[in-house]
Amino acid sequence: MPGLIGRKVGMTSIYSAAGKNIPCTIIEAGPCVVTQVKTLEKDGYEAVQLGYGDRKEKRTSQAMKGHFKKAGTSPKRKLAEFKGFDQELALGDEVKIEDIFKEGEYVFVVGKSKGKGFQGVVKRHGFGGVGQATHGQHNRLRAPGSIGAASYPARVFKGMRMAGQMGNVRVTVENLEVLKVMPEDGLIVIKGAVPGHKGSTVLIRK
Amino acid sequence: MHLIFGHLEPEVMDKIKDIANKLVEVKNWPAFSAGDTISVSYTIKEGAKERIQTFQGVVIQRRGSGTAETFTIRKMSSSIGVERIFPLSSPFLEEIKMVKRGSVRRARIFYLRELTGKAARIKEKMNFKKK
Repeated sequence: MPGLIGRKVGMTSIYSAAGKNIPCTIIEAGPCVVTQVKTLEKDGYEAVQLGYGDRKEKRTSQAMKGHFKKAGTSPKRKLAEFKGFDQELALGDEVKIEDIFKEGEYVFVVGKSKGKGFQGVVKRHGFGGVGQATHGQHNRLRAPGSIGAASYPARVFKGMRMAGQMGNVRVTVENLEVLKVMPEDGLIVIKGAVPGHKGSTVLIRK
Repeated sequence: MHLIFGHLEPEVMDKIKDIANKLVEVKNWPAFSAGDTISVSYTIKEGAKERIQTFQGVVIQRRGSGTAETFTIRKMSSSIGVERIFPLSSPFLEEIKMVKRGSVRRARIFYLRELTGKAARIKEKMNFKKK
């Protein structure tokens, strides 16, 4: 699906035509540069690789320098593949926000969620905890409770929800409405929240 | 607008505010603060019909900043306290009229909630500036 790479700027709220206050996320999307065009004959599938953000020359490996030189652009920080663009894209073309997104469309946003560290089951999986502070409870307010039966099956099932690392994973949020496209600033305003902290890279696709 | 990768420029919050100012219009209301008595006219929608209602009372706080700023006004409606919170940028606000300037010592006068009758009066602010 066609899309762009961008960066989360932050959240604010705007008013709809009906006067409702809508929470929204502002994303700086693009301009992206086509760094590679993958074709059925050469790569076995069709896709367009886009690059976004500048990377220092000296922090770029020789191999990647060659890759960017081929496209005729400066080294880029983030590369991602998209497909199904309406327009014909060639190596080195610039893709802008107004080429792809229109107001009222629904998009998917991919980002890396904020890391929460090692969290217990109450925060991580929404368990209720014990729910009682008295009646013999001690140290067990946020405990998970039983994790299975006894001698049969004599093991804990795979996928049992337990404490562990929370956040800092790739998350896709589906069907977010595009409220506004601001081509002069390169910004897109999307209804609702988007994974990641301010300034984190996000992929927006239809 | 450009952000440096990896970490945020310190002005990012300002940038969000700039963008919010671009997207949301805050009308030019008269200056008012806690303690003032104001009268607010706002449209309410009942199905397809629209009409204007007014709410007059004492401002007990203003909170937030920029497009997110709200204010709370309190009035006594047949001896029952009624409070309403309005966003300053709300498109439903039609008019804010200053009725009386009040002289209070703090920005949030929640103590008014505990007071009734004569004790709940607020001194009017006098302007002693030379003309």
